[in-house]
Amino acid sequence: MAAVSMTVNGKAVTGDVEPRTLLVQFLRENLRLTGTHVGCDTSQCGACIVHIDGIAAKACTTLALQCEGAKITTIEGLAEPGGKLHPMQEAFREHHGLQCGYCTPGMIMSALDIVRRNGNNLDEHTIRDQLDGNICRCTGYHNIVKAIEAGAKAMAK
Amino acid sequence: MYNFTFHRPTTVRQAAGLLARNPDGKLLAGGHSLLPVMKQRLAQPSALVDLSLVEGMTGVELKGRSVVIGAMTRHADVANSQVLKDVMPGLAAVPGSIGDPQVRNRGTIGGSIANNDPNADYPAACLGLGATIITNKRRIAADDFFTGMFSTALEEGEIIVKVSFPVAKKAAYEKFKHPASGFALVGVFVSKRGPDIRVAVTGAGSNGVFRVKSFEEALKKRFSPKSIEGMSIPATGMNADIHASPEYRAHLVAVLARRALAKAND
Amino acid sequence: MSATGIGAPVRRKEDFRFITGQGQYTDDVTRPGETRAVFVRSPHAHAKIKSIDVGAAKKMPGVIDVLTGAQLATDKIGNLICGWMIHSKDGSPMKMSAHPALAATKVNCVGDAVAVVIAETIAQGKDAAEKVKVDYEVLTAVVDPAKAQAKGAPQIHPDIPNNTIYQWHLGEKKDVDAAFAAAKHVTKLDIVNNRLVPNAMEPRAALADYDAGTDNLTLWNTSQNPHVARLVISAFIGMAPEHKLRVIAPDVGGGFGSKIFIYPEEVVCLWASRRVKRPVKWTSDRSEAFLTDAHGRDHVTHAEMALDANGKILALRARTIANLGAYMSTFSSSVPTYLYATLLSGQYNIPSIYCEVDAVYTNTAPVDAYRGAGRPEATFVVERLVEVAARQMGIDPADLRRRNFITAFPHQTPVIMAYDGGDYNASLKKAMEMADVKGFAKRKREAARNGKLRGMGYSTYIEACGIAPSQAVGSLGAGVGLWESAEVRVNPTGSVEVLTGSHAHGQGHETTFAQLVSERLGIPFENVSIVHGDTDKVQFGMGTYGSRSGAVGMSAIVKALDKIEIKAKKVAAFMLEAAEGDIEFKDGKFTVAGTDKSAAFGDVALNAYIAHKFTGAELEPGLKETSFYDPTNFTFPAGCHICELDVDIETGKVDIVNWTAVDDFGTIINPMIVEGQVHGGIAQGVGQALMEGAYYDAAGQLVTGSMMDYTMPRAHDLPSFHVGLTETKSPSNPLGMKGCGEAGAIASPAAVINAITDAIGTENIAMPATASAVWTALQKLQAPKAA
Ligand SMILES: Cc1cc2nc3c(=O)[nH]c(=O)nc-3n(C[C@H](O)[C@H](O)[C@H](O)COP(=O)(O)OP(=O)(O)OC[C@H]3O[C@@H](n4cnc5c(N)ncnc54)[C@H](O)[C@@H]3O)c2cc1C
Ligand code: FES
Ligand code: FES
Repeated sequence: MAAVSMTVNGKAVTGDVEPRTLLVQFLRENLRLTGTHVGCDTSQCGACIVHIDGIAAKACTTLALQCEGAKITTIEGLAEPGGKLHPMQEAFREHHGLQCGYCTPGMIMSALDIVRRNGNNLDEHTIRDQLDGNICRCTGYHNIVKAIEAGAKAMAK
Repeated sequence: MYNFTFHRPTTVRQAAGLLARNPDGKLLAGGHSLLPVMKQRLAQPSALVDLSLVEGMTGVELKGRSVVIGAMTRHADVANSQVLKDVMPGLAAVPGSIGDPQVRNRGTIGGSIANNDPNADYPAACLGLGATIITNKRRIAADDFFTGMFSTALEEGEIIVKVSFPVAKKAAYEKFKHPASGFALVGVFVSKRGPDIRVAVTGAGSNGVFRVKSFEEALKKRFSPKSIEGMSIPATGMNADIHASPEYRAHLVAVLARRALAKAND
Repeated sequence: MSATGIGAPVRRKEDFRFITGQGQYTDDVTRPGETRAVFVRSPHAHAKIKSIDVGAAKKMPGVIDVLTGAQLATDKIGNLICGWMIHSKDGSPMKMSAHPALAATKVNCVGDAVAVVIAETIAQGKDAAEKVKVDYEVLTAVVDPAKAQAKGAPQIHPDIPNNTIYQWHLGEKKDVDAAFAAAKHVTKLDIVNNRLVPNAMEPRAALADYDAGTDNLTLWNTSQNPHVARLVISAFIGMAPEHKLRVIAPDVGGGFGSKIFIYPEEVVCLWASRRVKRPVKWTSDRSEAFLTDAHGRDHVTHAEMALDANGKILALRARTIANLGAYMSTFSSSVPTYLYATLLSGQYNIPSIYCEVDAVYTNTAPVDAYRGAGRPEATFVVERLVEVAARQMGIDPADLRRRNFITAFPHQTPVIMAYDGGDYNASLKKAMEMADVKGFAKRKREAARNGKLRGMGYSTYIEACGIAPSQAVGSLGAGVGLWESAEVRVNPTGSVEVLTGSHAHGQGHETTFAQLVSERLGIPFENVSIVHGDTDKVQFGMGTYGSRSGAVGMSAIVKALDKIEIKAKKVAAFMLEAAEGDIEFKDGKFTVAGTDKSAAFGDVALNAYIAHKFTGAELEPGLKETSFYDPTNFTFPAGCHICELDVDIETGKVDIVNWTAVDDFGTIINPMIVEGQVHGGIAQGVGQALMEGAYYDAAGQLVTGSMMDYTMPRAHDLPSFHVGLTETKSPSNPLGMKGCGEAGAIASPAAVINAITDAIGTENIAMPATASAVWTALQKLQAPKAA
């Protein structure tokens, strides 16, 4: 076992884990933050995307120990403490960017990273291209693309 | 995943020492090739030596007529490097085409080259530019480095520290993505640096990345798609799987080479 | 239309928990003392189990127990079953093999579970699973169904000759043969409907918890129909009496059919929990899912269409071999029969149809219903034949369709179905306008200048949804009735809970069902909540599949609401001191006809419970009604999809540049949700047509065993879609709804393949039409030049 400490959604957390513990397991099992999902075992679906020091990464392909001292943001950390939704969350609801909701946390975390990298004015082509690491089986992506475009704009306000 | 011990050295020397003490240990860079394999229980390193805190292993620098990239530089940082975009955008396009944004946020050039996946993109750039791989022990020319699928000239305990790419006046990469994995079904890197003309291919060959001498020869007259119009390479030795026949891969090599040449001349 | 009533694009109630990461999927549920199950699976497609040694595994750290099929048999845990009886042409019943949840003597596909490790953690379970020693005697495998039927093929199950489950047929062969003999034109096609892996993004999971104090078992699982799961696990598998077993399907991350079925893993978790007296959880890895989720499609068909000189269709015949895999999954037998051949008339007036289907065992994963189930296969046969016939006869494909559309209803097809309404010309016309068919020739010329071959393809599809009248399906072999139930519970404060037997796993029932109730009772949308997915809360229900939740599930709610209104009027009559017959109910208010005396819905609800205005002899207190709705017919959603695409001549890569869908789903409750269902269906259909396909090698190894090899459609593979609607009400249910969940997946593959073959000028190309396949086809067409 090894000790690990990091900041998750603004809170300092520590844990005692086997070195083989993935970040996604640490979040889901140790911290009971189950909004980060696991949709594959080949690092391809993006259901597990979180931000590590502000940058989107697949929590299923990162060891918890690699995140020693890091700041992690998960889907649970986006809304304001009072419950006010992040504009990107709001956009997903407004544009029906989700159906079963399983891919959604990863989609939203990925969407925020698209905005970080490409700014608030996103065209459809950029969004589709940059969503390469996220798979959704329900929506056909149509409304996810719309939601991200609108959410990015709303974030500029 | 099998269990292992985890180490975070801060110098290359410490890292080398840890590898020496853990003969079944492995270096961990971005983890985006190694961890998936470990998750499938196809690799069982006794120790992981994480390079992320090692100093001096990141960054993209112009040194004379070469671009030198630290082994731990993430794909996204190379793709977005202004230095690189200014002197050789064709090379920046290579990490820019790798996997997806999250993979690019974590994966590193050193890991990619050390891994030498037969469908990886960086090996084509290394071979296609005649790069030099600089380790803690020596300098290895790209032509000698890639020795077959998933195999390289690296010795036990050898650590890639940097990769040095000579700046070519003309360089471009064209990739046809594998529809499922996003790796290169075929990728072709072309470059011209004075008289040195290179055409390197990844994804297609059953023995990993290779150069197409016949194209290089034909391009000596004029570095243009026209020079290889109608030329092809034999399908023997090409990979065959459900996504592409050897004939199709061979055909794509020629198509992508022409497209890359057009881009390089743009 | 009110802002939250029927027809309004109301934003979904369920979204808040999903966008904030608070959904509760099965793997998110934990129980104190929970253990993890890890299955030991066969690496061989076909082998005898000579011995299993669990000794070393049991000694591994964290291991609680290791269980095998022999113990399962000792504990008298029954086999998994297929619940739909099909009879062969000769009258003999289908041949269903035994399917134990853990194989004890023989494995029949890669991934067949042979043992289970129960451990403290997954990692420990996996460590131990590697130590289970299974001695296999490897047998020759067969993966191709035609080969499986051939003489000398490996025998997969004892006593099932030629691995053939049934040889079924539908229609009048004599009539069809006569029509073909007299036909001016015959179009023939060989079609493979490729095998697909459903890949709902949430992997299957099961958490079983045995309570020794009460002897009750609770199962959380990823199910589209928890009551059916409970029934089967209780009545057929004999796990526990129905009243001692509770099944909860919490938030479920997509199903597409694959979570209808009863699987070995949930049975084993229940059994193991009772044995180890601790909760047992199993969550599938994606690679396990590839091997063990029931796959979809996998038909090989030879089809022919006979036409007269004017392009009037005279007859259709098809011969299909359906690969059902190693075992018969829960509803597998019905898919290539009554869900397939009955739709071979498409939107067309075809006088005679004959279809023969052989269902075959192979050493591959079981195959069962996947979005559309049988109907995509039928649509693909019909729409490919029509398109090719039109091209061969030099008739415009839209025109040939029009010449054959059914225009008078009801229409009895030669293959059981009685279409009750629709307007196929209307959807075709609207789609052609939206797709700007007129401007296509110009766009094709422009594309050619960029080295692209542009093509356009139609698919005018029909499906039978709203599954289904119980008597009808009973007569066709179904083991269950296919009605739906609803309970409407009005609380004393006037808020309402609806308990429904439908189950949502992405469809948005919590919103659409509430819209119906809000509109009908005139109460705020926020005051309605929908309860589903728990056998302890909800009366029996049949679940969600076959686009049935609107047409059947909501009809049950309508019926219960009718009863609520009747009862509430009685209460209001006492309150308002009027005759029951004089009470009118509108906009949430009960009024005495012709007066201004009225009572609000909430007051009536309260009075129903306080019961101060009437005696028990006059009226029972309370306001809660239940109904079971059995549909009178299937519903028949239909429409027209048009795909426009470019083929890159140099690489064969296909780019869809425009997609138009015009569908007739009858009454629409929420257009936003309906469009979302269409988008998702199209994506799956395009996936089938262009990129998805499960392949086994000759030894029975799944070559496409992960998302590294099995191509899942991603955002950049698809365009935005243009979706339109036409509306003819279904006469067969009170709301006039038809169902929208499967249309996209049913319509789209034929539209794509029709467009590709149009672009490159060939008759046929197999799915998935990958770049490599299209390029290879182009080579055979001898270097075509862009027009
Ligand atoms: C979903 C997905 C898609 C991908 N798509 C692509 C793609 O399209 N194209 C592509 O090229 N790649 C792709 N990759 C691979 C990706 O680029 C990896 O990041 C890269 O191959 C390995 O880099 P890493 O830093 O992650 O190395 P790691 O996984 O940490 O290490 C890989 C190997 O290299 C060794 N190693 C690491 N660093 C050094 C060093 N400095 N010196 C010596 N040995 C070292 C390790 O011991 C290990 O054996 C993809 C990966 C994933 C998960
Ligand atoms: S679970 Fe991380 S990419 Fe699929
Ligand atoms: S909403 Fe279900 S997977 Fe995306």
